Amino acid sequence: MIDDIETGIRGFIEENFLFRSDGGELARDASLLEAGLIDSMGVLELVAFLEDRFGLKVADADMTPENLDSIAALTAFVAGRTAASVAA
Amino acid sequence: MRVEHFLEASARRHPDKTAIVAGGERVSFSALDARASRLAAWLQGRGVARGDRVVIFADNAIEAVVSLFATLKAGGVFSLVNPSTKADKLAFILGNCRPAALITQGRIAAVAADAAEQAGFSGARLVAGDPGGLPGATSYEDALAGPGGPVGFAGIAPDLAMLVYTSGSTGFPKGVMMTHANVVAASTSITTYLESAPDDIVLCALPISFDYGLYQVLMSMQVGATVVLEKSFAFPQAILNRVAEERVTGLPLVPTMAALLLRMRDLDPGACPTLRYISNTAAALPPAHICRLGELFPTARLFSMYGLTECKRCTWLPPTELARRPGSVGIPIPGTEGWIVDEDGRRLGPGETGELVIRGPHVMAGYWENPEATAKALRPGPYPWERVLHTGDLFTADEEGFLYFVARKDDIIKTRGEKVSPKEVENVLYALPGIREAAVIGVPDEVLGQALKAIVALDPGSTLNALDIRAHCSRHLEDFMVPRFVAFVDALPKTDTGKISRREAAELDLSADSGRAA
Repeated sequence: MIDDIETGIRGFIEENFLFRSDGGELARDASLLEAGLIDSMGVLELVAFLEDRFGLKVADADMTPENLDSIAALTAFVAGRTAASVAA
Repeated sequence: MRVEHFLEASARRHPDKTAIVAGGERVSFSALDARASRLAAWLQGRGVARGDRVVIFADNAIEAVVSLFATLKAGGVFSLVNPSTKADKLAFILGNCRPAALITQGRIAAVAADAAEQAGFSGARLVAGDPGGLPGATSYEDALAGPGGPVGFAGIAPDLAMLVYTSGSTGFPKGVMMTHANVVAASTSITTYLESAPDDIVLCALPISFDYGLYQVLMSMQVGATVVLEKSFAFPQAILNRVAEERVTGLPLVPTMAALLLRMRDLDPGACPTLRYISNTAAALPPAHICRLGELFPTARLFSMYGLTECKRCTWLPPTELARRPGSVGIPIPGTEGWIVDEDGRRLGPGETGELVIRGPHVMAGYWENPEATAKALRPGPYPWERVLHTGDLFTADEEGFLYFVARKDDIIKTRGEKVSPKEVENVLYALPGIREAAVIGVPDEVLGQALKAIVALDPGSTLNALDIRAHCSRHLEDFMVPRFVAFVDALPKTDTGKISRREAAELDLSADSGRAA
């Protein structure tokens, strides 16, 4: 399931933001901000995608680089959230 | 007084006070000053002499601040360049100002290397972090560890202090020349009305390559306040966390940042009780946003301001006037004056629309090696020895002299607080095989103010799509210049002389509602 989450996130980022890069595979833990892939508008698009695709509610407090700034962070964030909602 | 004296005087007054917080490091005024002196000695050792330019291609980092003060101490002229600038444009800047040194950082050293090669740059090279990407570069750490030594006489106040490259309607950037006297005058005026004090802590998430960001550093060094440098406003919650952790008192914004804050869903009013003021410039905030900011940040006074790089700041609205005239950007800043003129230079009265003219010690010395553009912007003033700034912005004033922005006279688009020349983006579009015609326009956007939209006509048989076009642009332009939307048409509207008409293209686009293709 985590693989599905990661594949979905990577697909969205590659389709929507990777055109900004010089090509090449995006490392799991690369900072999207540092790589110049997302800016403030990109973060808003990313949050809209997470809410739509994974049925999450992303609170303001969740919108930090720790949760959203790499494919690895995003995957862990979504996995944690979906697991929490399943457990509840 | 010269700009480096800001730092030197503050280092003497409160040596151990924190000057800059950035990237997990805190540096005191005395340590910052000492580093700048050591780097100045290194620069001089590498041939940087009085009046020489030093290009600093970097993001919001302590090393960039050290570098700019080091340049001034060595008698040089610094130019900070946005870290998302691509090699072609950086090469243009290197070719234009012919610097004696180029300073950058590891992450973007390869871009600097490409630009240096294109421009045939042969000066000194310094990289903060891994210097591997820029052949022949010294590492910042090694430069600071050098022998140091006295740097000697740096110069006097009328000397050039910095070049700020700004978008020109021709599509090529122009270097705004600011003398030490210009910078000191602007900084003194602004800190006067902001009532800046040593106990201020200013959070700057604006790039310091942007003069609004740069002055957060310069003004704080002048008054002995602390600056918290952040690299991005992309995560507004992270910024608010920093405001709380560092007990921030001043928060400079552009309208896009205000819009991002106001989109937050669970922000409690009064969540940032240490904030003393919020400032806004680049474009007026919508009155609804002003009202909402007031509710969310009740301890903060809101300063609405307006300016252009050519004089740093033109006007400010005293916060006490905000409720009565929320749409106004106020009055000329202390120690300066402004008036509105018609096409023939005659002064206009209240309610009439014309070009804003600015007079004062903050008005630039001109555009670097560009006498034609300088002659358009700087024209004879009331005294025979002076020149006043024609802003290119249309304004109107009310009966009491408060100013209201109406429009730009040229086609410059303001997006995310930055000026974009549509011509510069169109030049890049035309370089992509398959594009026959292109026009770049601004479309209203809730967050960006204006978003860039490229309207293009393709060659027959071309299969370019919106993503191809945006990808091409992002390889050649700074992030904020990459069109957000792309629309395809069979042909663009032309004027009688056969020139593509951006205005008509925008009107057609509006009526066609041709959709958001990207």
